Amino acid sequence: MKLRRDVFQAIADPNRRAIISLVALQAMTPTAIAENFDYSRQTISKHIQILTECEILEQEQKGREIYYHLNPNGMKEIAEFIEPFRKLWDDRFNKLESVMKSQIHEHKK
Amino acid sequence: MEQKTNVVAEDGKQEILITRAFDLPVELLFKAYIEPDFIEQWMGTKVLKFDFKKHGSFHFSTTDPKGNKIGFNGTIHDFKTNEKIIRTFEMENMPFGVQLEIYEFEKLTETTSKIKQQVIYQSVNHRDQNLKLPFKLGINWAHNRLEELLTKSK
Repeated sequence: MKLRRDVFQAIADPNRRAIISLVALQAMTPTAIAENFDYSRQTISKHIQILTECEILEQEQKGREIYYHLNPNGMKEIAEFIEPFRKLWDDRFNKLESVMKSQIHEHKK
Repeated sequence: MEQKTNVVAEDGKQEILITRAFDLPVELLFKAYIEPDFIEQWMGTKVLKFDFKKHGSFHFSTTDPKGNKIGFNGTIHDFKTNEKIIRTFEMENMPFGVQLEIYEFEKLTETTSKIKQQVIYQSVNHRDQNLKLPFKLGINWAHNRLEELLTKSK
């Protein structure tokens, strides 16, 4: 089994984010992806490899070409990273609501 | 319990949108953001300075469970009572950058209201670092600190 990489590490790099937005539009070959960048084909291949290891991209063989497309489950995992942040704010807001509600009651006294 | 708080962090964008509806009149919701006593209670922080006026500034200090003090500061850029606050916010001595916060308050009914917090970071990377913060700090410490303060104030 391959060591699972951090999904946030995958999207921390601006070039990898650019690759994600390219591939989000349509499945692409590594050559087609690399044409959008000024970097060497090897650099782009490395980024694609990382994104694939994080299961954000998926490979698909079509004839002699390999196409990469977005794995919706990988993107879902990124969304789930938001949950602890949401929970933090939800707790804060719950506290805000109870603190301020006690003000209403004090006014009524 | 239903999810009252909604967070949107679109991929590749350097902002976070936080929205929440409250069972509170908009005047009270606004008060929670501008009165140091209330800020201390719900944010679980000590308010060292809070000069709520245009171009005024604020300074908070929070102690984590290990006893480390973390400072926060910012400037009030502009505000409109019960409607809007525009301010900056920065965590001191941390690599998270400074953020621009645009808070919009909305009256829903006489007894309910809504807030929309748009937080803009220096870069997508800064935003993602901030999103990960609850993991790093341990999600509960702010909450625990708050419990402690509330118990003391009783």
